[in-house]
Amino acid sequence: MSEIAANRKPTITSRSRRMSGDQVFDLFNIAFMIVLVCFTLYPFVNVLAVSLNSPADSLKGGIYLWPREWSIANYQYILKNPAIYHATMISVLRTVLGTAITVFCSAMVAYTISREEYVLRKFVTVAFILTMYLSGGLIPTFLVMRELGLYGSFWIYILPGVIGVFNLIIIRSFIYGLPDGILESARIDGAGEYRTFFNIVLPLCTPVLATIALFTAVGQWNSWFDVFIYNSQKANLSTLQYELQRILSTSSAANSGMNAASAFARSGDTSANMVTPLSIRSTMTIVASVPIICVYPFLQKYFVKGMMVGGVKG
Amino acid sequence: MENQSVISASPSAGVSSKPTGVKLFFSKLVKQRALVVMSIPFVIWLFIFSYLPLWGWTMAFQHYSPKFGFRFWEQKWAGLYHFRFLFEDERFLRVLRNTLVMAGINLVLGTVLAIILALLLNELRQLVFKRVVQTISYLPYFLSWVVAASIVQNILSPDGVLNMLLIKMGFINDGILFLGVGEYFWTIFGSTMVWKEIGWNTIVYLAAMTMVDPSLYEAAEIDGAGRFKRMWHISLPGIKPVIIVLLIMNIGWLLEKSGFELPYLLGNGLNVDYSENIDIFVLKFGIQQGNFSLATAASIFKTLVSFVLLFSANSIAKRLGEARLF
Repeated sequence: MSEIAANRKPTITSRSRRMSGDQVFDLFNIAFMIVLVCFTLYPFVNVLAVSLNSPADSLKGGIYLWPREWSIANYQYILKNPAIYHATMISVLRTVLGTAITVFCSAMVAYTISREEYVLRKFVTVAFILTMYLSGGLIPTFLVMRELGLYGSFWIYILPGVIGVFNLIIIRSFIYGLPDGILESARIDGAGEYRTFFNIVLPLCTPVLATIALFTAVGQWNSWFDVFIYNSQKANLSTLQYELQRILSTSSAANSGMNAASAFARSGDTSANMVTPLSIRSTMTIVASVPIICVYPFLQKYFVKGMMVGGVKG
Repeated sequence: MENQSVISASPSAGVSSKPTGVKLFFSKLVKQRALVVMSIPFVIWLFIFSYLPLWGWTMAFQHYSPKFGFRFWEQKWAGLYHFRFLFEDERFLRVLRNTLVMAGINLVLGTVLAIILALLLNELRQLVFKRVVQTISYLPYFLSWVVAASIVQNILSPDGVLNMLLIKMGFINDGILFLGVGEYFWTIFGSTMVWKEIGWNTIVYLAAMTMVDPSLYEAAEIDGAGRFKRMWHISLPGIKPVIIVLLIMNIGWLLEKSGFELPYLLGNGLNVDYSENIDIFVLKFGIQQGNFSLATAASIFKTLVSFVLLFSANSIAKRLGEARLF
């Protein structure tokens, strides 16, 4: 008996020690994750605090987590500023229109290249895939766009991105993964290509199309470079992100606050002395990110799935 | 039968079998006209928006003058003049150095830290907590570069949080203009990249870890392997193929990894020696100064380097007997 007990004892202690080692690991891991979350969110929270602080008070600095003097003056200013309001509308328009067109067109082409018997399938596929590796680069693309009359036009936001090759591959492999026979039986029932696509493929592809819609929408909402290159002379086609970029570039380190204030000259605003470039920049940063923050967590389930589908069969 | 009669009619078999092939092709095409209607307009679109600009590559070998426009054959040829100019230009060599350094920082940090974070996330047992951490870590990825740059400027400004903290802790007396000191730029770039993309980069590794056979973990636990040992000997080897494939892809994209947006948005006259990379150089020379030929030469050089890198990384992986792209 005593022998057994003596044998048993060390195993128990070693197991309990291992258990506690596990727990220590878990504890440190959780602590690390909490620190990580804080570091990820803090820069954003700080900007939020500045945006909700009184503009004049913010200039003194030292705002960390919480506004010192609560104020919604910044948001009021933004809402009343016609230039910023207009830019926001253009942002919304390009996001909605661009996403709808991209998702629909990508799905349509993906469907045609998923049809084994389509005689032009190879040609179409290769034509698209090649562009992943060949690009004319910034300057030639710029010249072609200008020649097409897209310089200074709203359509420069939509037309160049009608189909993304990566989207095409992801949707195609999703269609390949649909249960065998669904498309066949539709065809036997006499559905033509259009009906098969609209009534069967589109609804069945909802998960992958949601993923692509999310990425396209985020990309559209976030883009500023096309505005900067093609439409910087057109105030009525400016977007929210580009307005923010203009404030950034004028208030960047090399310049003084004087220049930053002049960023508002174009918007023709006289109440600019009420708010400061710092507070306006913070507020616009928040306004530009709120739609993204609201949307992306809900689609997380979809985008992880969609990425895996795309990854399985590149 | 029909085929045979065609062959007897014409002496060359190769030519004779063609008409039926073409005929068959066209009859199929007519039958599949719905599919043609659904795809060919987009191929035309592709030709205009993606293939037409390829002609612009000729500009790099010419003294481009806008008066000829697209009639590139009428432009004056320059041979490799612009490439030679680039490599004798001190500014371009500095730009090249910045591109490589920033790309390297992004590649190494983006890969190593993302793998470590994925390993640690994989060990979290509280699934709700894990989901919350993951969701929050993805957030910066979805924010625009303009927003990211604005947030960075806010934190780093002379009266921003970082300076205030350093002053309180007694390290410095006056606020530092961090973005105005060139030597700090790469650190700022690296930290911002990590902040923005690390969470997102873990997704692929985490997905790969779900494929690892759970019985391996159980066996290791019975053998007395602790958490670190299980991470090192099971999780990590389990995702090795994914790591290698991603690494090859990223090396192919190495020069893209220096980013355009962030260095451009955070760059200014004071840190230009450290922040200007190839894309910014192309933008400044091409769009803003109108020197299209030189700018195009720089971007062709970049494309060539990318191809060389992609193929060499792939062949190295092949020689080592590892997973590869193609």
